[in-house]
Amino acid sequence: MIIDHPLLGPRDSSEFTYMGDAALIDRPDPEAEDAAQAFYEYAYLRDNPAGWHRELWFHEAGDRSWLVVTRNTLTHEISNVELARDVARSRGRSA
Amino acid sequence: MRYSGFRVIKEALTGHTGWRPAWRDAAPRSQYDIVIIGGGGHGLATAHYLAKEFGQARIAVLEKGWIGGGNVGRNTTIIRSNYLLDGNEPFYEFSLKLWEGLEQDLNYNAMVSQRGILNLIHSDGQRDAFTRRGNAMILNGADADMLSVAEIKKRYPFLNTGDARFPIKGGLAQHRGGTVRHDAVAWGYARSADSRGVDIIQNCEVTGFRIEGGVCKGVETTRGYIAASKVGCAVAGNSSRLMSLANMRLPIESHVLQAFVSEGLKPILPGVITFGAGHFYCSQSDKGGLVFGGDIDGYNSYAQRGNLPVVEDVCEGAMAIFPMLGRARLLRMWGGIMDMSMDGSPIIDRTHIEGLYFNGGWCYGGFKATPASGFAFAHLLATDTPHPTATAYRFDRFRTGRMIDEKGMGNQPNLH
Repeated sequence: MIIDHPLLGPRDSSEFTYMGDAALIDRPDPEAEDAAQAFYEYAYLRDNPAGWHRELWFHEAGDRSWLVVTRNTLTHEISNVELARDVARSRGRSA
Repeated sequence: MRYSGFRVIKEALTGHTGWRPAWRDAAPRSQYDIVIIGGGGHGLATAHYLAKEFGQARIAVLEKGWIGGGNVGRNTTIIRSNYLLDGNEPFYEFSLKLWEGLEQDLNYNAMVSQRGILNLIHSDGQRDAFTRRGNAMILNGADADMLSVAEIKKRYPFLNTGDARFPIKGGLAQHRGGTVRHDAVAWGYARSADSRGVDIIQNCEVTGFRIEGGVCKGVETTRGYIAASKVGCAVAGNSSRLMSLANMRLPIESHVLQAFVSEGLKPILPGVITFGAGHFYCSQSDKGGLVFGGDIDGYNSYAQRGNLPVVEDVCEGAMAIFPMLGRARLLRMWGGIMDMSMDGSPIIDRTHIEGLYFNGGWCYGGFKATPASGFAFAHLLATDTPHPTATAYRFDRFRTGRMIDEKGMGNQPNLH
């Protein structure tokens, strides 16, 4: 698989480490009343869809940026690659 | 029809006109006591043990394609019980004991071959870890044998024991491990279950569950609605897809695992060998092909095919211990979809929906578990209590922190 890095251009997926569902960006609030349940679901439960999947890839052997890759789990086709930083900021996760 | 040597000779002398199909092509009835979803090894084994050991009747196995067309026909056929943890080892040893009596139990030649499995050791630390594992195996009634380099050399003279980076320093052998003809496992269980009245319904995909008031009443399928008192799901690889129809999210990611077969060679490899410094395992089939594999690709996939970096990694592992393999050509390679659970161990448990039971999360270790998985799932379906060897395979272990993490990797499925 070739991942079209937003900054570096097309890179082989073997340069990356796979983390899983991009929903991991949305870390639950540890102060919330249902924090135990929310963290259980966050840490262990996954949607695991057959089809389009937004997922985190870490460019470990490259510029060490985290990416959000939209990839089809049935065909391995990649339709969109974003910097995880931008995705997280757009969701209010970091300054 | 009972199979025997006499029968083979009789058929040979009468033009093979007496053989009959090994199971009926059953049409679905409107109602069953127990419906098993998934006509793979685990589902068919469950049906067999439900009928034979637990005296259950009115059972159906629903398969969306044809039986044995999924992972039971795509694995590398290895059986073993060399686990470390208490939640696992008694279960896998129970499975190995069932393998040892399988052919007599089923009256079917599954080519169970206890040719032995050898896990190679490449460092002093690994020797300590494998010694501990071997002791855990022995404590649970399994067999384990630490072999010296000289003993390994005598058995496998072609191994590259003196590799500069990963020298072979010994090995943990389980002589009762080996290989089984995987298709025959599906066919043997199917034939036995069918002969006890189980309806095996192929080309019947489940499209939904009928759940009323927290109770599962039956399943919607491409061949109509089927009512059932109990529904058991055994579709590892696609567990998340199936259980999402009941609005369940699972502690599972689906990943692709590749496997490989070389061209046919003369007999060179009498047992199963695993490389301890990377991930590579290899045996030789009775047709002569070397059957081998390694790591999962490491990303979510339902594609049943992988990518080249893992092919390269597996072949590098092969070359590290079997340099002679460099002259053999790769004949075929394929992929299968694994339920990779969050701790690397399976789940055999009830769900929060009454009448709905789950068997899955087998990671890439499901084949060897087939008999015990079927037996334990049948036990759960018939008695509503877990089998004594499968009490740890609960859904709630992730919530309560009682994970069964053989590799100590944490909740990252692609590392197990």
